This record gives sequence, structure tokens and C-alpha cells, in this order.
Amino acid sequence: MERAPIVYPYIPNSEPRVKQAMLDAIGIESVEEIYQEIPSHLRLGRRLNVPGPIASEYRLRRYIEELLAQNKNCKDYTNFLGGGVWQHYVPSVCTTIMGRDEFLTAYAGDAYADHGKFQAQFEYASCIAELVDMEVVNTPTYDWGMAAATTIRMASRLTGRSGAVIAGSVSPERLACMRTYAESIVPTFAHVGVDPDTGQIDLAALSRAVTEETAVVYFENPSYLGAIQTQGAEISRIVGAQHALLSVGVDPMSLGVLEAPGRYGADLVCGDIQPLGIHMYFGGGGGGFIATRDEAAFVAEYPSLLFGLTTTVQEGEYGFGEVTYERTSYGSREKAKDFVGTMAQLHGIVAGVYLALMGPQGMRELGEGIMQRVAYVLDALSTLPGVKAPAFGGAMHFKEFVVNYDGTGKTVAEINAALLERRIFGGKDLSGEFPELGQSALYCVTEIHTKDDIDGLVTALREILWVAPGPSSAAAEPVSAPGVGRGII
Amino acid sequence: MGIVKVRDYQQAHWDEPIIFELSTPGVRGIIPPEPEDEITSKVGDVAGRLPSSIRRQDPPALPELDQKRVLSHYLHLSQETLGGNLTPDASLGTCTMKYNPRVHEDLVNEPGLAELHPHQPDETIQGILAIYHGLEQILKEISGMDRFTLQPGGGAHAVFTAASIMRAYWRDKGEADKRTEIITTMFSHPADAASPATAGFDVITLMPTEDGYPDLAALKAVVSERTAGLFITNPEDTGLYNPLIDQFVRVVHEAGGLCFNDQANANPLLGIARAADAGFDMSHFNVHKTFATPHACSGPATGALGVRDFLAKYLPWPTVEQDDERFFLDYERPSSVGKTKGYLGTAPVVLRAFAWCMMMGPDGLREVAEIAVLNNNYLMKQLENIPGLGFPYAKGRRRLEEVRWSWEALYQETGVGTEDIARRIGDFGLQHYFASHHPWVVPQPMTLEPCETFAREELDEYAAVLTQIAQEARDDPELVRTAPHRLAAHKRNDDASLDDPARWATTWRAYRRKQSGA
Amino acid sequence: MKRLGLIVNPMAGIGGRVGLKGSDGAGTVARALELGATPEAPARAREAIGYLKPLGTDLEILTYGGSMGEDAATWHALDPIVIGGPSAGGSTASDTRAAAAQMVEAGVDLILFAGGDGTARDMLDAVGQRVTVLGIPAGVKIHSAAYAINPHSAGQLAALYLGGGPQRRREAEVMDIDEEAFRAGRLSAELHGFLLVPFDERRLQPMKAGRGTSEGAAMEQIATRIVESMEPSRTYFIGPGTTTRAIKDRLGPGGTLLGVDVFRDGRLIKADANERQLLEVLDGAVGGVDIIVTVIGGQGYVFGRGNQQLSPAVIRRVGREHIRVVATRDKLVSLGLRPLLADTGAADVDAMLSGYIRVAVGYGEDVVAPIEA
Repeated sequence: MERAPIVYPYIPNSEPRVKQAMLDAIGIESVEEIYQEIPSHLRLGRRLNVPGPIASEYRLRRYIEELLAQNKNCKDYTNFLGGGVWQHYVPSVCTTIMGRDEFLTAYAGDAYADHGKFQAQFEYASCIAELVDMEVVNTPTYDWGMAAATTIRMASRLTGRSGAVIAGSVSPERLACMRTYAESIVPTFAHVGVDPDTGQIDLAALSRAVTEETAVVYFENPSYLGAIQTQGAEISRIVGAQHALLSVGVDPMSLGVLEAPGRYGADLVCGDIQPLGIHMYFGGGGGGFIATRDEAAFVAEYPSLLFGLTTTVQEGEYGFGEVTYERTSYGSREKAKDFVGTMAQLHGIVAGVYLALMGPQGMRELGEGIMQRVAYVLDALSTLPGVKAPAFGGAMHFKEFVVNYDGTGKTVAEINAALLERRIFGGKDLSGEFPELGQSALYCVTEIHTKDDIDGLVTALREILWVAPGPSSAAAEPVSAPGVGRGII
Repeated sequence: MGIVKVRDYQQAHWDEPIIFELSTPGVRGIIPPEPEDEITSKVGDVAGRLPSSIRRQDPPALPELDQKRVLSHYLHLSQETLGGNLTPDASLGTCTMKYNPRVHEDLVNEPGLAELHPHQPDETIQGILAIYHGLEQILKEISGMDRFTLQPGGGAHAVFTAASIMRAYWRDKGEADKRTEIITTMFSHPADAASPATAGFDVITLMPTEDGYPDLAALKAVVSERTAGLFITNPEDTGLYNPLIDQFVRVVHEAGGLCFNDQANANPLLGIARAADAGFDMSHFNVHKTFATPHACSGPATGALGVRDFLAKYLPWPTVEQDDERFFLDYERPSSVGKTKGYLGTAPVVLRAFAWCMMMGPDGLREVAEIAVLNNNYLMKQLENIPGLGFPYAKGRRRLEEVRWSWEALYQETGVGTEDIARRIGDFGLQHYFASHHPWVVPQPMTLEPCETFAREELDEYAAVLTQIAQEARDDPELVRTAPHRLAAHKRNDDASLDDPARWATTWRAYRRKQSGA
Repeated sequence: MKRLGLIVNPMAGIGGRVGLKGSDGAGTVARALELGATPEAPARAREAIGYLKPLGTDLEILTYGGSMGEDAATWHALDPIVIGGPSAGGSTASDTRAAAAQMVEAGVDLILFAGGDGTARDMLDAVGQRVTVLGIPAGVKIHSAAYAINPHSAGQLAALYLGGGPQRRREAEVMDIDEEAFRAGRLSAELHGFLLVPFDERRLQPMKAGRGTSEGAAMEQIATRIVESMEPSRTYFIGPGTTTRAIKDRLGPGGTLLGVDVFRDGRLIKADANERQLLEVLDGAVGGVDIIVTVIGGQGYVFGRGNQQLSPAVIRRVGREHIRVVATRDKLVSLGLRPLLADTGAADVDAMLSGYIRVAVGYGEDVVAPIEA
């Protein structure tokens, strides 16, 4: 039996009579008459060789759900992976607002029909400004890596210099993004390491690295390897002495308990908004913020859209518009252009909702509670034979820390495989990115972890690491882990 | 088209305060999970032991509201936003505002995606890798390219990635210092100039011919051994398909350059014509346009970049590979340009696009293209007799999926220009339309793209609204010039404040400080 | 409270409809009136100033009596302050100049003037760049960029400028063609100078689109680029215009806005050189010579209007490959899709100049456009 043509639910005019009426209205026999604009030798003369259709919504849903069911997820498993994408609780109000068709499916309308979108963005920026103690915040760019790279490009334009110094550990993945984007104006990054005992940036090395060619010094707080940096003010002085700028990358979740970078001398602040009410989405939940002081020279160098509060013809009504629509780059900085495009604005709106829900008390309690859990897990892990946690003894940690297994005779890969059997995602294997750390893993603990989750990890590790008394096994061969980039501690 | 009623629309007007104005100290919206007593009693006040140099001194002055007020505030703001799923959004030409299916939203919030960490072991992410791999195969077939990356976070980002690949290609050939010029056209997307410039290239833009087509003779005049590549959109934003597109490619190839096809306007070409068949070395899709994923107020999104085999080694790492049994991520790509976005890009967008393609199938994809073209030509028919509205260039040639119109005649007659009409159209429940990218080559422009999503009746309504506004411009121009009248906010009256460092405010704290004169 | 000066040259444009190619000179006006022409400038002015009504009492209008502005203002019930009137039997040119001078004295924020290229020249003579002005196009010949593209646009821009909108201004060319020569079939355009006009770059711009570069920033980019590319001991003939002036300013003081200036090794060798002087420099130039010109006026001329010092003889000796054209993107686009034009008066040189040329529009940015003779 021949099937009738599908009337596609997403294509109303695929209904044959409607289609015919429209062809008649145009005065053509078929759409082919319009496609005559394309020379025949450029036409695809055959049917596409692609799967489908799965026209029924139910069947489509079953099909995708079955694919997703092949994944093991962090709801069913206990997850200790972090390192730039973090599992935090996503409040239901955030999910509701993120799913509203009004926001979800809006795009580029002006602040009349899309007034609410502008206001929500403005409020998001306002909340980030309070967290970091700055007065200008962009609409979000793709992610932290793009935001960090943008601060480097902005600093290069602002100072007319092309040197960048990266101090302390930064995620090699993020660093790779930063290199790709900054390369055309800041061809190389210099690196300054940390004191291995304290995890603090080596100030003497930093002083040597920062010169009159340096546009910007960038460090992260907490660092990628988890150490809270306490010397912000000293770093700021070293940077300022050479009239360079200081860019600080932060985890916004830490800022209920950690000092705002604006208070210890940051000129530019950046970070990721994924933890602020957005699921991990396999790394697709990101959004990068950039914040600075409200100075015309800084504002001029933002490539991003900036939404400003203004008035309308209606007395007392708030209006919104784009701030300094024509941003003039001064001097000879025209060599360093940036593009703008569709980036991550919906995530910005949701991050604003999250911060409004949490308020100052929520952010403080969240930070305090995470730090308590981390202290608890570190205590417990250090009771395990051969395990060093944290790897940097002197540093304090917010939610991430390095666990070293060198004394256990086992590799991270082996341990993580065994944890996986116990439905636990162990910390990220650092042995590829940071071979000098030996067999180490980056663990992350957040407010979603219960005491049972943590105790479960410790118990599992105790089982995995238990060795029958006897001759000690030789140190294992390091196993290469994901990450082309070699990190610098 | 018979008599079509235009709506007596009224958008929600909540006169909503800024959320900080709703704040009451001590009120709470949510309580984070406390650590258990065993933990707190064991470790004590850990944050209290932070050195004073890093311990937060003053709490962040975030708003303090109860949960319902947070929710209702943002529901109000959502009602003051006209998402594409609410209207026949033919307004945003070049953006392909499709219906964003609801079922996708249920799927992306499955724990199998929402609760996936990108560094989980490969064996625990086989499902999502299958989806990445599946979408890649589909995009390869649609474009004729050999490999895709789904990492870039939007169209301009994909174009930037293409420029980065060109840079790496010429570096490998030892010609990076010589091949410094990118050629594009005036009606290509602005990203085709801006993204290569960001990657460090010089950019040469070809003016169109007087008929509005890209100028092949101009290309021949400037192509040289300095040409790194061509970045060209087709069809361009005029809706005109460039019939000489393969000759453009040939001219650049003969000079040794590479060719990138910006496929932001791919919607009319699905199953109809392929970038590879015109000879291109790279091409991209705006997944959030052509493949029905939400624009999300401007992201998150995905720009899918496809390349021919000889450029595949330059793609960002990691790539999704398949061996007999399983999918895996390949991080060992020494020639790669590196990374352009963290992890594997925007997975929820990839999943939605894959689901959409699976629902459409081969014939459905082609139906998308054909109905998009049909809708556009139907709307043209409804609009072309509005006095004062015209479309410049190439009379007698058909437009594919969009048209760049011009209100110049109406403006000359009445002084009512395209910006006024774009504001006014909102009063009828239609999104403010997109005029044109800058600079305005077409005077008083309006770019409409009635993609396959819209029903005939919706197109009739759209045409009726524009017809009515054109009449208003003659009968009561002040009504149009002072629009909007029935939207969430009225016309701004002080744009100068947005350019004035003493008055602009991108945050509430800046606003408060400047208002108080501090 | 803002203050506007309004000047209407009632005779502007009167020659157009009757084929007289202009209205400069009392004889021409009389001839036009004989031929049955009716003045069009007052109607154009009326169209424009209708846009000022919403400013209400926040605006004070100063004007001359009768058809020089009073009629147009009272037509909209705007109640102007009349500060003078047309002199009996006097030339409209001197009335325009007198009115403009008085308005500057009175401290107006903006002068709107309706007329043609001749009127713009009168404004230039009377006020120069001491006050912001804006032309309502009403003349037969409009080559001057000091005019808005039509009366609506003039009115809207004025209302924005006086109503608290952006206070940006730019220098706009005042060009004029010798009408006697024009009527005799010869074109001889001169660049007389620049007036300061309001400039609104803000447009309805969707958030997804990249922002444009402001015109001032574009000129700075072009200047940076050209200066960086200059070679030692090479000689540069730099033509008139604001875009080329930005290059001259970058090189140092003394460059002219209206003339062709000669630079070598970053120094000004000769300001406002004439053809003979340029040829002499060419005789002595050992390191080669480049010509740098911009698009003059609204018609798209790169040679033959306002820069006739760069004569066929000069261009022949420099050669096409040593000619660099600079212009802002906005200026190029304002030509529509019409080609650039060269009209040097020598067919061989025009032919040599014809064809595609790369116009520098920014740092690392060119636009390719055709030149037609």
C-alpha cells in the first residue's frame, strides 16, 4: 500500500492542498521554478542518504531516551569530577525560567517587545557585579576560556602591549582555548609556577616574569588544582609596578566566603556561570563573564554587548538599550579586533535567577558548607595508606583538591576503574596533564555531597587500595590521560 | 489573501521593578543543603580559618527575596519577552526563527544529558557520543564535507574556527607570512569579515555589482598569491543565490587559496545543493538556525564546522571517533588548532539538532527547504504591492529563503523609516524585525525570512500588519514614529545616556552610584 | 531650552524644474521666475521643521522674516523670533550670510538652512565651524555633504540633536560647481571647506550583529595603517578631505584640509601644492611617488572634483599602481552601488584609472570597488 505523503507537524504548509493554493497564489507550478536560480550542475540530483524519519514524537522520544540511557549519569553515580564543570544543585525555579518559551526561543528583538530579556540580563550583570565587586559586567560569552582570553585581548589593547603571564595552575583545556583565541595579538604566554608546599604563586618568579612588555597577568582563584590564593594584594602590586593589568579568574560559587577580586586589585575579572543554576550538560552548560571597573577606557574595549538602564517616554518607566553602541578603540589598538555573536545569554538569565534565590546568606552558607565537606573528606582520605591529600599541604581549598596515589603503587586509571565498578566517578586523572604530580587526581566536592557519599568514597578507596602484606609492588607506569596540553602547576 | 484581521494585541506591561528594589534584608529564596552534624562537629568553622587577606569582608549585596517573588518576578519578565515560539517570527531575517520543538526540552533535561560530566570515562558516555557521531554523519551528507566539529559555540565562532584552521594550514605550508588576506563580499555575513580579522587576517570586501550579486570580476582583480582564502555566504542576505559560486571557488583555488562557505542561510538548500559540490573546502551551519534549536536570547548555540579530508587534522580536539565496538574521544591530534570552546561544545544543542534531523528524515529535510522557499515567495507576493515598499536589485530573479526589502520610497514620501516600522510592528504581536547588518547598503532595509515553520494564515497576517503600518505612515505618521504603544516598554527617550560615561549603567550598583551623584 | 536658527534661501532650486541647472546669480533667478518657476525651498523647510513641534516650549526658533523662515515656522504654529528680514532687492546670498552671523552671535545650538550648494557656501563663509549646522536639501545641485538626504531626515536629525540625543558631529564637505561652466556643459567642482553637522550613528541594530566602527575611529585606523606603510625617501601627494586629513594630522602639523599636500619621510614638504608644484616635486623625487586620495562629495569622485591639482600629467607620471584610495565604509556605502568616478579631463588618464581598486576602509580592511570614467 502506498503511503500518503507526510504532513509534517513542524511544517504546516506541507499539507498538499495548502501547498497547492500557495503555488497558485505565486503563479508557479512547483517550487522547482524558484530553484531554477541554482545552476543544474550544482544541484544535488538525488535523495539525501540520512536516517529517519521518526515522525512520531513518542517514537522519537523513545529512540533518544534509549541512547541517553547508554550513558552513566551523575545522578545515578556519585561524582567527584570537577575542574571547570561542576555538579551543584539546580533549583527548580532556575529550571522553570530556563524552560520558558519566552526566553528560550527569543533572539535579537529590541528592548520593547523583549524588554524582559534586557531587564533579566541587566539584573544578571548586576548580581555578578556584587559578587566580584566591579561595576561593569558583560552579557555572557561562550565560557570561561573565552572570557579569560578576552580579558587578555582587552588588556593588550588597553596597554598597547602583547605579553601575558599566566600564574599558577590553569586548566589545560581552558588554556588551549585561551591560546587559540588570544594568539593573533598575544602570541605566547609566559608561565609562573607555584610553591609546591603551599600551592601559592611564586612571587619572586612573578616579579621576574612581569616586565614593561607585559600587558596582563592572569591567575585563577582558587587555582585549577584547587589552592586558594591568598596573595592577591601582593600580586596586584607586582603587576601595577609595571603598569600592567591584573585579570583574575574565579569560581563564582566561592565568593560567598572568598574575598571579591575587585577588593584585592583585579582590573579584570572572569569566570564561568555554569555552577549558578545550570546543569553540567556534558560541558555544554557554560557561560563566561567579564567584569571591570566602570571606566570609559575599559568599557570601550569590551567586545561584548552591554545592556544599560535608561528611561522611556513614559515617566518613571525603566527602559533598556545597548551601552556605547559604537565602541571606539583608541590609539593603534585597531589591530586587535574581536567578533561578537550568539553566545550564552540564556545561561546568564538563569545565573541571575540563581543568585537572586541564594542571596548573600545562601552564598555564604553554601561556601562554608562546601569548605567543611572538603575538610572532612581530606581528613578521611589522609588516613588511607599511601594517599596524600591534599597534594599541596599548606594550601586551603574551596571545593577542589589534588589527591596523590604515588604511595599506593596504583595508577589513577586503575583506581578510577575500580571506583567506577562501585558507581563512583573518581577525580580527574592528572597524570597526563601534569606528569610532575605523579599519579594524582583532581577531586571536587560540593554541596550535593552527603556524608554518606563521602564516606562511601573513602570506604571504596580503602577496599581498592588494600594490599595483602608482602613485597611492595613497583611503581606503576604512568598512563596517558586525556588532554593534549601539558599543564603547568 | 482575503480580508485578514490584524490583532488588537497588548503585551504584558508589569512595570516591573529592578529585582534589587524588591529586596528585604534577611528574606530567603532557597536554603542550600547543610553538611551533616558529624561533619560540622568534626571540622568546625573552616571558612573562619581563611586568612583575612582572602576571607570575604562584606557579603555580596545580592537581592534577598522569598522564592515566590523571585519566580513571579522572572515570570513577569518572561511575559515581557516575545519568544519565537509565541509568534510568527518571520521578522528576524538571516536568523531562521523556526519552531523549537517542546519534546527537545524534555529530552535535554534527562539525567542522561543534564547530569553528564564531560570528563567521565568514554564507556560511560557512549549514548551522547553516538548522538555527536550521528549528527556529524548527517551534516556530512547534507554538505558533502568529510568531517565536522560541533565544538564552536555559535556561527561567528565556527567562522573563527575556520579562520584558525586556515592559519594553521598556511603555517604548515610555510606561507603564513605571505598568505595574509581573506576575501569576502558585502552581503556576506559580517562574521565572515570580523572572525578572520580576529584571527589576524587582513580582510578585503568585494562590493556587489549594481544588480546586487557578488562581483566575480572584482574577485579576479584582487585575488593573488597573498590570498589565504575566501569567506562567502550563499545565498547572501539579499536572498539571491550566487549562480557563479563555483567560479568564485575556482578563481580562489587557482590562486592557491582555500574556500569557506558560510551556510548561515542554508535552510533553502537542505537536500537541494551542497557546499562541497560547489568546490568548497570548508563550510559551516548555524545549528540554532537551520536545525531548529532555540536561539535562547542569543545563545547557547552551536556552529558546526565541516571540512574536507585534507583539513581534518586541524579540527579542534577532541574528535569523536568510532572503532568496531565503541565510540571514543581522540585527544591525540598534534596538528589540531587546539580548542575553541571547552569540552565538546554545547551538547544540549547537538542533541536537539540530532533529534530534529531524525524526525525529519531525508524527505522531511528537503520539505523544509522547499516550504521555506515557498513561504518566502508567497510572502513576497503579499508584500510586493504595498506602496512605498520595494526590493532592490535583480528584478525578475527569484529569491530563495529571505528578502532584503527597502522602505526607502515610503520614507521619502512620509518620513517614516524602517526603524519606526520595526518598532511599530511589535504593537501587533510581531517581533521587531531585523533591518540589515551594517552598513546599510540597501536604504531603509527590512530583512524577512518566513521559514517553513509558519502557516499560510500567519504569513497573511504578517502582510496585513505591514500593509496597515504603511497606511498609518501616510495617515498618522506620528503614531508610527512614537511606537511602540502596546508593548512592555515605551520608546527610549534618552539614547544619549547610553553613550555618556557619567550616566551609562550596565549594573544596578553603577546606576545607584550615578543617580546619587557620587 | 535649546535655540535653533532657521534660514531658508527661498530662491534655492528655482532653476531646476525649468532646466537652468542652478539658481546662482540674480539674473538666473529672474530668468527662472520668467519661465514660471515657483520656489520649492519654503515647502521643503516646512516639511523638515514639522519634526521640531514635539520639542514645544523647550525650543526657541530664531529666523528671518517671511519666506526666509518665518512663514515655515508659523505654518507649524512654532512662533519664531524674527531677527531680521530679506533686504529689499538684496541678493539672497548676503541675506543668508547676515542671518547666519546674527544667529551665531545669539548663541544658537544649531542652524537649519534650506538651500543648495551655493547656500552651503554662504554658510561656510558666514559661520565656518563656529556652530553646528544642517542643510535641508532644496537646491538643484546638491554635491555638499552638509545636507541631509531629504527634508524628513534633516528634521528628524535636528529634533534628535536638539532633543537630547547624541551630540556627535562631523565635518561635512561643502562642494560647489561653477554654474556658469555647468550651464555651458563643463563640470568644474571645487571643495570649498567643511561645515560641522550633527551625526547620528545609532541605528536599529540587532544584538546578534557585530557593531560598526564609528567614522572617527575608522579614519584613525586608516591613518595608522597608511602611516605605518610609508617608506623612507618616498614622496606622498595627499589629497583633500577629512579622511586624508586624518593621515596628514598623524604626520604632523601644517597639513591642509582642502589642498594637496606633499610629504616625505614623515614631514610636510609642501602644503597646498598646485599642479606645477607637484610636477616639480615629481622631477626631483628619487624614491618614487604615491598619490593618496579619498572620495570627494556625494557623487563618488576620486579624481576631477575638488582635487584638480592632481592633473592628468601628475597622475600619468605617478602611475595607477601608486594610487591609493582611502575612504570610510559609510562613505562608500552612501554611494549606493554606484561606481567610483574619475573625470580628469584626459581620456587616456580616465581610461588608465578605470577598473577595480582596493579602497582602504580600516586597519587591515579594504573594500574593492570599480572606478569608472
